[in-house]
Amino acid sequence: MIRIALKMLFGDRGKYVMLISGITFATLLMAQGMSLFCGLMSWTYSTMRNVNVPIWVADPKVEQCNDNKPMRDTDTTRVRSVDGVAWAVPLYQGISMARLADGASKMITLIGLDNNTLIGAPTRIIAGRLEDLRMPNTVILDDFGVERLSAGRACPIRVGDVFEINDREARIVAICQSYRSFTGGPYVFTTYDRAVQYAPNQRKMLSFILAAPQPGLTDQEVAQRIAAGTGLAAFTQHEFMWSTILWYIKNTGIPINVGTIVIIGFFIGAAISGQTFYSFVLENTRHFAALRAMGASSGTLCAMLLAQAVLVGFIGYGIGLGLVSVLGNNLLRLGKVPFLMLWQITAVVGGAVLVIVALSALIGILRIARLEPAIVFR
Amino acid sequence: MNTTGIQIQSVDKSFGRGQARTVVLKKTDFAAETGRLTMLVGPSGCGKTTLLSIIAGTLHADGGAVEVLGQRLDRMGADAVARFRSRNLGFIFQQFNLIPTLTAAENVSVPLVIQGFGHRHAERKAREVLDWVGLSDHVNFRPAKMSGGQQQRVAIARALVHEPPIILCDEPTSSLDSENGHHVMELLRKAATQKDRLVLVVTHDNRTYGFADHMAEMEDGRIFRTLTTQEEIRAHHPPGS
Repeated sequence: MIRIALKMLFGDRGKYVMLISGITFATLLMAQGMSLFCGLMSWTYSTMRNVNVPIWVADPKVEQCNDNKPMRDTDTTRVRSVDGVAWAVPLYQGISMARLADGASKMITLIGLDNNTLIGAPTRIIAGRLEDLRMPNTVILDDFGVERLSAGRACPIRVGDVFEINDREARIVAICQSYRSFTGGPYVFTTYDRAVQYAPNQRKMLSFILAAPQPGLTDQEVAQRIAAGTGLAAFTQHEFMWSTILWYIKNTGIPINVGTIVIIGFFIGAAISGQTFYSFVLENTRHFAALRAMGASSGTLCAMLLAQAVLVGFIGYGIGLGLVSVLGNNLLRLGKVPFLMLWQITAVVGGAVLVIVALSALIGILRIARLEPAIVFR
Repeated sequence: MNTTGIQIQSVDKSFGRGQARTVVLKKTDFAAETGRLTMLVGPSGCGKTTLLSIIAGTLHADGGAVEVLGQRLDRMGADAVARFRSRNLGFIFQQFNLIPTLTAAENVSVPLVIQGFGHRHAERKAREVLDWVGLSDHVNFRPAKMSGGQQQRVAIARALVHEPPIILCDEPTSSLDSENGHHVMELLRKAATQKDRLVLVVTHDNRTYGFADHMAEMEDGRIFRTLTTQEEIRAHHPPGS
């Protein structure tokens, strides 16, 4: 009977296409909204992804990794003295302006790495050499920075080119790949001492202390010891990432905006599918009644409706996800839009589509359950 | 040998409530035998289709006994009646009720599929029956590509494919011209006499009365006359009247 059910569905091309379109549209809206949200959230902790160390130590009032409450330089030594700490190094993070040769200014995110170890330096160098960062007035620029700082130039900015940060020379010695920052400014990496010279002078300049546990100790254990021993806030990378994401969820309108898109997607999908499926069942009422008169049980008719709804859901979901992938991976990335489609998103959207098709089928099943097979004789 | 296939005793049926209540069947008695083509005739609104629906088990009577092939349908649950119908009854509807997206062979195979047979077996059997009704060259046609007469012959094939002992027909010729109507009635008569089936035809098309072996005439919810031989039928309904 399932084969007959599917032939009934395929035969009504208009409704079949409409049902698939409804599910596709709902999948598209929900998956794209969630992927944009996850992409945007991944941008919020991009400094952590770029620097990538086990433990982050900050001022006790710091809640997220873009929050800059400077500490004293001596705090690094205090952290090093905590039992179980393998190493601890300073990190500067701040927003600055890069002034180009033509006088134009661009916002940048300046990262100052430990002078001696360069811990937290970018790992994906695509031009130049990391070691050259030890030369005077040198910086590493990320690939997005090349694009931003090249605007208006005859040829793209490259290794050896110079720009200014706060009236000081910054010579590019390497180009790296990095994760995009939430603020939209490209990353410029340099040494800690040079970064504090580039940045406007303040009494305290140390943004974070990066640390790692000694072998045999966990990140969490050592982070707890640092917090207890110094009175500073100490997070594992994982804790700091979630602390950052939750801060943005609580303190910005992003979840409401994206959540609205997802909810609208769900309801549009449910409305189109439910209405179209009900109309399909209504138009086929006589045929379902004839099948019932010929001996098909209510269970069989319900199974037919479920098969029709599930197939439509499956196809619409597949097309929708395909479209989101194409849009996300090509168009949206070209347009510098955050996009991160996790497997959890596909699972959640799949679940939502399942609810939509179940509701649609239920509407039809309720109609069929009340069906009088005697109507075929009228 | 003719045996009683349908036995209806003192059946009542009404629709609506209060002042809107309409009594359709009033203590109606009816019986029909196998191996014969029985016609249930009468003017529109006399209760023919309601009685047919009760015999088919698609409508519950308010009271009385409904016995089909020795089984009391009025005492069976909905699923049991559905199973009974799938094995023992074949249906031919006024509007054919063929599924438009299925081919003739697929439409005819539906009763076998409902009984749980595989598609291949069901469609092979369907082709045999379509051949019997003279549509062997239309097995892959969809209903929209066939004439009314051809569609009704597909419906007859669908009613016969699972070899039920009873065929119930609701106005099978009312949508057809006289030539196609004649052809359909010949097929139904053949179906009744060749395999000792009970064929019950509800109709008010007097062009077809000559095919009946047995006729029950209804008026105002009651059978008022039963004609049990072709001679009696011809006497009360002369051909061309």
